[in-house]
Amino acid sequence: MRLQTAKSLVLAVIAAAALLIPAPAGAAEPKVLRFAFQGELKSVDPYQINESFSLSVNGAVYEGLLRRGPDMKLQPCLATSWEVLDPLHWRFHLRHGVKFDDGEDFTADDVVFSAGRVRSAGSDLKGRIPADAKVVKVDDYTVDFLLKTPDPLLINEWETWGIFSKKWSEAHGAAEPTPMNATTPPYAALHANGTGPFILVSHEPGVKTVWKRNPNWWDKRKGNIDEVIFTPIPNAATRVAALLSGEVDWMDPVPLNDQARVNANPETKVMTGPELRTIFLGFDQFRDQLGHSNVKGKNPFKDVRVRKAFYEAINEDAINRKVMRGQATPTALMIAPSLFSLSNDFHRLPFDPAESKKLLAEAGYPDGFEVQMDCPNDRYVNDEQICQAVVGMLARVGVKIDLNAEPKSKFFAAISAAGGFDSSFYLLGWTPSTLESFNVFQYIMGCRDPKTNWGGNNVGDYCNPKVDALARSALQETDEEKRDEIFAKAWRISLMDDVGYIPLHQQALAWGVSKSTHVIQRPDNYYIFAWVTKD
Amino acid sequence: MIAFILRRLLASIGVLIAVGLIAFAMFRYVGDPVNQMVGIETSAAERAQLTHQLGLDQPAIVQAARFLINAARLNFGVSYQFKQPVADLIAARAPATLELALVASILSLAAGVPMGVYAALRRDSALTRLFQALSLIGISLPTFLIGVLMIYLFAVTLRWLPSFGRGDVVRIGWWTTGLLTVSGLKSLIMPSITLALFQMTLIMRLVRAEMLEVLRSDYIRFARARGLSERTIHFRHALKNTLIPVITVVGLQLGSIVAFSIITETVFAWPGMGQLFLQSIQNVDIPIMAAYLLLIATLFVVINFIVDLIYVLVDPRLRVHLGRA
Repeated sequence: MRLQTAKSLVLAVIAAAALLIPAPAGAAEPKVLRFAFQGELKSVDPYQINESFSLSVNGAVYEGLLRRGPDMKLQPCLATSWEVLDPLHWRFHLRHGVKFDDGEDFTADDVVFSAGRVRSAGSDLKGRIPADAKVVKVDDYTVDFLLKTPDPLLINEWETWGIFSKKWSEAHGAAEPTPMNATTPPYAALHANGTGPFILVSHEPGVKTVWKRNPNWWDKRKGNIDEVIFTPIPNAATRVAALLSGEVDWMDPVPLNDQARVNANPETKVMTGPELRTIFLGFDQFRDQLGHSNVKGKNPFKDVRVRKAFYEAINEDAINRKVMRGQATPTALMIAPSLFSLSNDFHRLPFDPAESKKLLAEAGYPDGFEVQMDCPNDRYVNDEQICQAVVGMLARVGVKIDLNAEPKSKFFAAISAAGGFDSSFYLLGWTPSTLESFNVFQYIMGCRDPKTNWGGNNVGDYCNPKVDALARSALQETDEEKRDEIFAKAWRISLMDDVGYIPLHQQALAWGVSKSTHVIQRPDNYYIFAWVTKD
Repeated sequence: MIAFILRRLLASIGVLIAVGLIAFAMFRYVGDPVNQMVGIETSAAERAQLTHQLGLDQPAIVQAARFLINAARLNFGVSYQFKQPVADLIAARAPATLELALVASILSLAAGVPMGVYAALRRDSALTRLFQALSLIGISLPTFLIGVLMIYLFAVTLRWLPSFGRGDVVRIGWWTTGLLTVSGLKSLIMPSITLALFQMTLIMRLVRAEMLEVLRSDYIRFARARGLSERTIHFRHALKNTLIPVITVVGLQLGSIVAFSIITETVFAWPGMGQLFLQSIQNVDIPIMAAYLLLIATLFVVINFIVDLIYVLVDPRLRVHLGRA
């Protein structure tokens, strides 16, 4: 007891002394990148959750066979080249001389092992490789993927399929990601061993994560960062203050209300750019009677005229101007224009309240009707305000909306399959993780089939078998241009003819950065530490 | 006396069980934890399987019972989000919260008591008016607003103090302390003032009222009659008697300082238990929510239990009453 008191006294004296002695002006100070985000990093095992923040940040340690450049184009990474021997047989040639953080060599065994790990029970990234695909080691630096069905999009999400070391994982009981219901703490949730530009130093869940530069990285790095310190700062005002006061170099997101202030500060700026996420409105099109409406005995949204009337009642330009402060990009598609080569052929239906009223009257609702709208209030940029604007616009054509804005945890619980897709009219956002149209047709536009998870996020079950057939046929097409033509046909039917959804806009990214920190912004909102340079 | 203690103990356990039951009855309105555990593309079948594995498809009362039985064996389960044992997560966060609460309590006492005494002795001075105005602000302005205002003044404009976090910490055994580093001490200033402000106001008002009361009592008049100096009367006789109720209130308030640090911790991104709890609500991380609520309930129950015991020991009338009952 007494000893400890003495010890703490000594420490206190040292601390007091430290107060008095100024730190020596260091020569060649290490470049430390201080990064803040609104959410926390849940695990340093990237297979744990399929969420872009976790995937991108863990990408500093774990690299995939391929990666994407600043222009989103696929580049070789741990694989130097690959060839499609036939549509069911892909061959990958691996990079020589790559070492994991623990010094072990990277070989084909690690790829085969990781292909198994990513598809094991506890993984949330099972979709990275088809379940029935076989992964075979040809030699130490060649791996074959044998598919059961052709899949031209096989490699699209491989940037975020990070390669684990077989030896390390097996030695630490991390051969499989820990099942979600595990009762013992998993090793790989706190420790990491990859091949990437940074090495994990420490991870305190929800408090702080530190990485240091990997001196043995195989690639030449674009940036000059020696250490990265990540802190979650959930409160937006505090996050902005931390940037303005120079305590963080880079933070995300900057709330729309604070962007002017961040730009007005001589040392900071907001980096904006269109995000890949599309914000849209969806309708319940499968119930015979809506769950939350005063129309009984029928479902008005089964009538395309009603859906079109809703579309034409919404003034997206006004939403962009007033709610999004001009930062959003209005869209006619359910996929970001940058991800679809024929996007210029598509235009939004005109804003036309008179026409909208006429359509409603034709459909048998001259005085409109009442329906509940479900909306998250903490998921997308100004999500609740967008919904409020929509409520006002629909009121002008006689439709009365009861707005039900909820935190995302409740919102998604209600509209998901587990909640019985319980919504009549809702706002949602979607980013196709494969960065192309098929993913949207699969999850959002496809007729729901619980067995295959086709249409798994099609809350209102918009369903047109013709669209499904087109999307599936596109997957057989290996020529990219021809594939996009097929998708264009499917988009035209589903959005222009059927008005299956009302696309609103691409929301904008808003990173707050200090002017002495140079970062590269990719539209998928990935944070790539290796590209950061500090003056 | 032993019967009394036993009765109180049983009642305490009853309170904890009730807290557990109410907590689990409410968790179903927070949202679906499975949604926060998997990505948006995960299939409904996999989600359903996970719901079943976690026992989330069972009635709330069964979930609560399972949690309480495990908790009685000091097993609080594993966080859904972080995959770490909840006990470890809370233990890692507890020092931050406890240090903040302790410093805030000391601050509120160190400022509140002298202010209260001064306000009682110099009822009409300008300084007293200032204190009264300050205390009105302390009681009426919400904590998060005070916190954000201070951040903009001291961190953004003047750049004297850090706007978030705990600074560098020193590890002593399992405890981490920010009290031994410069950045740790600097980080502590704004959150502890924010958290202390309300308590300080309360203490100042309490001390002032008690002091005025005591100054009117007979023994003060006799003291004056004995010709003691004003200084001795005020600080040896009056203040001492004033402090008894103040200490009781401060003791009771310690629990609420820990519990209400949630808001302060969120504003300053202070890595304590309150921030952990708030994160767990957003993520619907039921094991953390349940363990935190139980911990706070235990804290209140223990404090009240001790206070009851002290009352009995101190006040003979209560003892007689108990003897008859």
